[in-house]
Amino acid sequence: MSALTRVVRSGVGRKRVQTVVIGLVVAIAVTSAVLGGSLMAASQGPFDRAFGQQRGAHLTAQFDAGAVTEAQLAASAGAAGVAASAGPFTSAQVELTDEIGHPVPPVTVVGRADAGGAVDRVVMVEGRWATGPGEIVLASGDRLRFGPEVVGRQWKVNGAPVTVVGIARSASDTAGAWATPAQLASWAGDGPRTYQMLYRFSAADSAEEVGTGKTAVEASVPAGALTGAVSWLDVRREAISDTILLVPFLIAFGLLGVVMAVLIIGNVIAGAVSTSTRRIGILKALGFTPAQVTRAYVAQALIPATVGAVLGVVAGNLLTVPILAQTNQLYGTSDNGVSLGVDALVFGGALAVVALTALAAAARAGRLRSVDALAVGRTPRPGRGRWATRLTSRLPLPRPVTLGLAHPFARPVRAVSIIAAIAFGAAAVTFAIGLGTSLNRVQEVEDIADVQVNALHERGPGEAGPGGPGPNGPGPGGPREPEPFNDPAAIEKVIAAQAGTAGYMGVARGEITAAGITGELESVAVTGPDSARYYRMVSGQWLTGPGQIIVSTPFLTAAGKQVGDSIALTSNGVRLTATIVGEVFNTDNDGLQVVTDMATLRAAEPELAPSMYYVSVRSGTDVEGYTQALKTALEPAGAAADSLSREPDEMVVVVNVLTGLLSLMLIVVAGLGVMNTVVLETRERVHDLGVHKALGMTPRQTTAMVIASVVVTGLIGGAAGTAFGVLLQRTVITEMAGSVGFRLPSSVLDAYGSGELLLLGLAGLVIAVAGALLPAGWAAKTRVAVALRTE
Amino acid sequence: MTAPLIELHEVTRRYDEGPPALNEVSLSIAPGEAVAILGPSGSGKSTMLNLVAGLDRPSAGTVTVDGVRVDRLGEAASARYRRARIGLVFQFFNLLDDLTVADNVMLPAQLAGMGRGAAERRAAELLGRLGVDRHAAAYPGRLSGGERQRVAVARALMNKPALLLADEPTGALDTASGEDVMRLLTELHADGQTVVLVTHDLELAERCATRTVQLRDGRVATGTAMELLR
Ligand SMILES: Nc1ncnc2c1ncn2[C@@H]1O[C@H](COP(=O)(O)OP(=O)(O)OP(=O)(O)O)[C@@H](O)[C@H]1O
Ligand SMILES: [Mg+2]
Repeated sequence: MSALTRVVRSGVGRKRVQTVVIGLVVAIAVTSAVLGGSLMAASQGPFDRAFGQQRGAHLTAQFDAGAVTEAQLAASAGAAGVAASAGPFTSAQVELTDEIGHPVPPVTVVGRADAGGAVDRVVMVEGRWATGPGEIVLASGDRLRFGPEVVGRQWKVNGAPVTVVGIARSASDTAGAWATPAQLASWAGDGPRTYQMLYRFSAADSAEEVGTGKTAVEASVPAGALTGAVSWLDVRREAISDTILLVPFLIAFGLLGVVMAVLIIGNVIAGAVSTSTRRIGILKALGFTPAQVTRAYVAQALIPATVGAVLGVVAGNLLTVPILAQTNQLYGTSDNGVSLGVDALVFGGALAVVALTALAAAARAGRLRSVDALAVGRTPRPGRGRWATRLTSRLPLPRPVTLGLAHPFARPVRAVSIIAAIAFGAAAVTFAIGLGTSLNRVQEVEDIADVQVNALHERGPGEAGPGGPGPNGPGPGGPREPEPFNDPAAIEKVIAAQAGTAGYMGVARGEITAAGITGELESVAVTGPDSARYYRMVSGQWLTGPGQIIVSTPFLTAAGKQVGDSIALTSNGVRLTATIVGEVFNTDNDGLQVVTDMATLRAAEPELAPSMYYVSVRSGTDVEGYTQALKTALEPAGAAADSLSREPDEMVVVVNVLTGLLSLMLIVVAGLGVMNTVVLETRERVHDLGVHKALGMTPRQTTAMVIASVVVTGLIGGAAGTAFGVLLQRTVITEMAGSVGFRLPSSVLDAYGSGELLLLGLAGLVIAVAGALLPAGWAAKTRVAVALRTE
Repeated sequence: MTAPLIELHEVTRRYDEGPPALNEVSLSIAPGEAVAILGPSGSGKSTMLNLVAGLDRPSAGTVTVDGVRVDRLGEAASARYRRARIGLVFQFFNLLDDLTVADNVMLPAQLAGMGRGAAERRAAELLGRLGVDRHAAAYPGRLSGGERQRVAVARALMNKPALLLADEPTGALDTASGEDVMRLLTELHADGQTVVLVTHDLELAERCATRTVQLRDGRVATGTAMELLR
């Protein structure tokens, strides 16, 4: 064993705390970096990845089965620009009812022998592919989501029994369900039948390119045979509106994690080297060259860092897998999420950071003249921060506390770096809590109603998204519009009289066009005294009378209008002019919904009446019990009540899990950073500590002194971190909403109460004190005789 | 005869390796005595002083000071014992560099819970008495060795200890400063302070002490000081 190796070995062994802290911090930093990085890689266009993995269809085309033959369609694969194709598959619209007879919105069933192929390799989410008669595979997508429990149930197609054998997901969204070609043929019978062809083009990055491909395909088949086609770009736009939200969030957390890791690792390593300055002096006095000294210390840091980085990569991947399993369901991707590129980058990056900081600190120590190094070890530069010592000694607090309070001022650079570490920890907590609150508030906005009342229509399963339909109702592809109530006044009377009713709103949906926006938009005409409670305003105010409309941000953007402007509308063929009085947070119909008072639209449609009521119950009321009671009460009036389910949104769950996990790690890292610093401080002050104890400082007073030494840094770090966390939360959440064209109401943005902010500000103090507890205990236990001998 | 202030009964202190640093030492010191512990380097002088101060615990035997079984005290109790009954003076002063002279002197009283005002007055009085009051606002780094040791003595006296323990108080001082500190200790003893000092300076022992105790290889040796040192 060479002299150098021996020095390294004994160094690692001697500084057990620092070695462990370096290892742990690197491990945690690497874990969160791998987790964040893998998820970022995974969320980097999750649709694109799923689409790529499944070799998604750039064009999903429907052909009239009467106008084209299968052979002609197969030949269309030779059209210019077509790189691959699948089909022709027969497809037909069928009437699907679930096991208790509720109709499911009409679905297009495609007859496919298998899920694979050259294009649109459908991924099984649950169960298996349909292989025989009487079997159906349901598609799980944005509109319809089925739980795994659906598999194995007996449903009916056009009245004939069918077994749900699986749930599958097509990124290209090519069908609502699948069956074997033979089964489909028998279901379609003599009814209208279409062929589906799936194409991939050699160039399909823009609408023009997809359009060129479509024209080529159309030209290769008899005129009029192509009855419809969906570009993957449209499917993509729909799909990413959800997942795009994750990206700013992951970037924010990723950056926090990286900065934090660099900070703490730098702090730990620099500290490790600085406490060794005296030892370095001795080594040099013994004849070690500066280069040897530097190498010895870089090695001392790299050994635990490497162990930590290996553990971190393993842990990061272990954590990524279950979390991605969640997002896989969300995106329909199928991989375990292990990204070797991310692993290598993080591993190498972490070790590079460690090596660089160690090199910088050790090089400084290596260059120090032996005499100076020996001197440094004895007296740790007295004089710094004496003003603070004088100042705190005046405070009316016990002397050990006032002594401790002044400690950070003796080493301002170290204090600043530890304040930064605490600040990042506090920022992480603040950010995590704020983000969680904001996302949950967004959910609340969507889930404001508890109960819905309709006249005839009975709700079937899977009609609406997992959040349950809010005031905003089912999206496109939802059920047919329910019948209006014959006597709305009677219904309202029953609802208002029901015990537990907090508010209600009647709604009539229709279609409307607005100047400046092409196409039909959904109109929601509301009535009732409490309609305002079902919407969250971003700016402007709620409807106060007829002739006013409320719209959301994408509408304003699309129409080029502002709150206060008038806009021309056409409803039921009648032109109306309305004033935009408010901007609301409403994600329905991609934010293009027009909300107005029922009276506004009666100008165009005098008979307009609500077809649905949304009811909210007083807090503390049992929704199920209320619904039952209301149902009974409404029966004579010819209406039924259903409670609206509230399953948490999968994205919100993923974000909540991630925020929790990542902020926990950041807090632990911050705590370790504090601990390491306090250990350093204690070691440097061990002689003074011995003097204090010789003069009669009790262990409790010693603990108080050490804890007090982190109070100032903890408070400053906590305050700065909280402010930064709030800023981060506002930026990220605004960014997340902005990326899909929305502005947020203040109820979503202002996630913190003042009491909460105060508590969060104290989080820094908690982190600091927690980090200082262990070394404070050690300090309290140090034997005086031993401490005083440390000369 | 008055009850002894310090009573060591068959005290042994063994470290991990080697022969015991103190080997079945019995010793008793009466109030008002000034005892010099003499002996060659490594004979166990500091070890004995540490045991009396409650800074260390014996492996066997009992240490009783002022009626307190020092060997049985826990950490907190021994700290309270020290600040109530013991004043410590070290060879290398052990003043806290970041505190002013006055703050150094006040510290033991403040640790014992005395208010700042009262501590300030007491410190000023002590610094005046020891002739270093003009340095009250200075930091120890600026003082000469002799001045520093005077400050250290002032600090040791802060809580009016029953017992002043000094480990080689002149060991780090030049002759003149050493003289100075010697005179100070003699004066204190003359005022009734019980003093135990460790030294290998025979002159210091003879001038300050009413009695000398010789240690050799961890045992109390018999014979005169002169014989033992030669
Ligand atoms: N913490 C310790 N661990 C191990 N051995 C120790 C320790 N403290 C003292 N010793 C040993 O105990 C013996 C007595 O030490 P002590 O410090 O009491 O001697 P001393 O008489 O004060 O010497 P000096 O005149 O050099 O100060 C020595 O052999 C010393 O090496
Ligand atoms: Mg000694």
